Amino acid sequence: MTRMQYTIHEAHQLLKAKKLSSVELTQACLERIRQIEPKVKALVTVTDKPALEQAQQADKLIAEGKGGPLTGIPLAIKDVICTKGVRTTCSSKMLENFVPPYNAAVMEKLNAAGAVMVGKANMDEFAMGSSTENSALFTTHNPWDLERVPGGSSGGSAVAVAAGEALGALGSDTGGSIRQPAGFCSVVGLKPTYGRVSRYGLVAFASSLDQIGPLTQDVTDCALMLNAIAGQDKRDSTSIPEIVPDYTQSLKPDLKGMRIGVPKEYYVEGMQTGVSAAMKAALHKLEELGAKLEETSLPHTGYSLAVYYIIAPSEASANLARYDGVKYGYSYAGDTMWESMEKTRENGFGPEVKRRIMLGTYALSAGYYDAWYVKAQKVRTLIRREFDAAFEKYDALVTPTSPTVPFKIGERADDPLAMYLSDVCTLPINIAGVPAVSIPAGFVDGLPVGMQIIGKHFKEETILRVAYAYEQATEWHKKKPNV
Amino acid sequence: MKLSREEVLHIARLARVALTEAEITRMSEQLSNLLEHFEVLQQVDTEGVPPTAQSVELQSVMRDDVIVPSLSQDDVLANAPRREDDCFRVRAVLE
Repeated sequence: MTRMQYTIHEAHQLLKAKKLSSVELTQACLERIRQIEPKVKALVTVTDKPALEQAQQADKLIAEGKGGPLTGIPLAIKDVICTKGVRTTCSSKMLENFVPPYNAAVMEKLNAAGAVMVGKANMDEFAMGSSTENSALFTTHNPWDLERVPGGSSGGSAVAVAAGEALGALGSDTGGSIRQPAGFCSVVGLKPTYGRVSRYGLVAFASSLDQIGPLTQDVTDCALMLNAIAGQDKRDSTSIPEIVPDYTQSLKPDLKGMRIGVPKEYYVEGMQTGVSAAMKAALHKLEELGAKLEETSLPHTGYSLAVYYIIAPSEASANLARYDGVKYGYSYAGDTMWESMEKTRENGFGPEVKRRIMLGTYALSAGYYDAWYVKAQKVRTLIRREFDAAFEKYDALVTPTSPTVPFKIGERADDPLAMYLSDVCTLPINIAGVPAVSIPAGFVDGLPVGMQIIGKHFKEETILRVAYAYEQATEWHKKKPNV
Repeated sequence: MKLSREEVLHIARLARVALTEAEITRMSEQLSNLLEHFEVLQQVDTEGVPPTAQSVELQSVMRDDVIVPSLSQDDVLANAPRREDDCFRVRAVLE
């Protein structure tokens, strides 16, 4: 019993039919974690004891004929999401021993649904990065090639799902942090519309861009997890009072009548030929399924990188001001208040976090605010309008998730701009606030390629339908890494 | 766009982050490179374009002023590096 590679919906059927118990399923995941964790290093904390207690509870519910699609299902949770009584580190020295006194809204929902948490997943420190190399604890390895990065910042979540340590996971996505690692690890990763899922209890990075979303083995599981976590929450004033549909209802095996735009700006600069070939084949498949494809243009795409790396660090510099060594987290005991605070932040933050705090502080400082921050916000408006206009004509837009396959550990670590460029296809989506999903779309020399499907605000069901039809017509999602 | 050593130190002070000598040099180079790249934004015509602070148009969200239980003082103080009675203890603010 080394690996129970069931999807969530398959496991649910077995649990319901009493052919499998949640305790057995959870034990299998914990055993798998013990076996492969030394190789992949996806988890910061393994919560084996509480997991088995949750599994027993779930089995009790199921025996009483109660529970839903996530009852008894082992999941991994990105270590940026507050879990009451369970250390939440953000993979930072600053929060290495922080134990939240409350649960994030999504955890309340998953707990109420009877899900089982097997561990907290590694990430780039404070979700800043694209490879997990910025984790202050350790780097996670890609199960398709252990010398390569899993993507980031939700790299641990993606690997936990790809390698069978958990059946699904939660990540967070500020500029691609769910989709890019999903693409790099050949799993499904969804960033919902900004406002679709409550951010209450998500440790803040860039509040106007952050969203929590699922990473799963297939599209049906993605819909099930979104069903569980979506919806308004009074404690997050940016969450939207829009009705949450049953996302599984939109999953249909064909794309007849669907209009899909292919924005040419996503298919040029720095794209590897293997990725380009995989995308060409994927687009052809979408046409075979009945979609009407058309090349289109989003001319401001090229400015997204600059807009993002001004807005996100600006918001981060304000959000991370709370780490002062007084209320929680690492604290340096200096002689004066200012010395204590400055040394706390010098020792507690890693290089990338400091870089972004500095960049954001600069962009917001007197004399530069209008030239950098307000300018970026104005270009943000243009980017958002461009997406709005595109969705007048198309139901969805399709692009690669990343211009390249997973790169080698260390390859981009010393060059911030090169690292930032690996998110060039995913950043514009957060800037506009629209939903997007990455799904497995092929391999280049054994390394995964992800396809990104982008939709209109609050039209997750449309992109999940495109994703599902493609998935059902292909076999990529069934291939598992050999670790 | 070149950030001088003085400018880096000024920003670090605003952000209350102490930096080592090596970090000051590296930060000056790396931030300068990034800002140079970001200058492309100046080419964009944004005359008459309003700024977007967040992408979903919600304004002044209100809720009823209802008293609900909050965390206990012990919960709130549980992670405090230094505590005195029911307070966070800090270094002297005034010298």
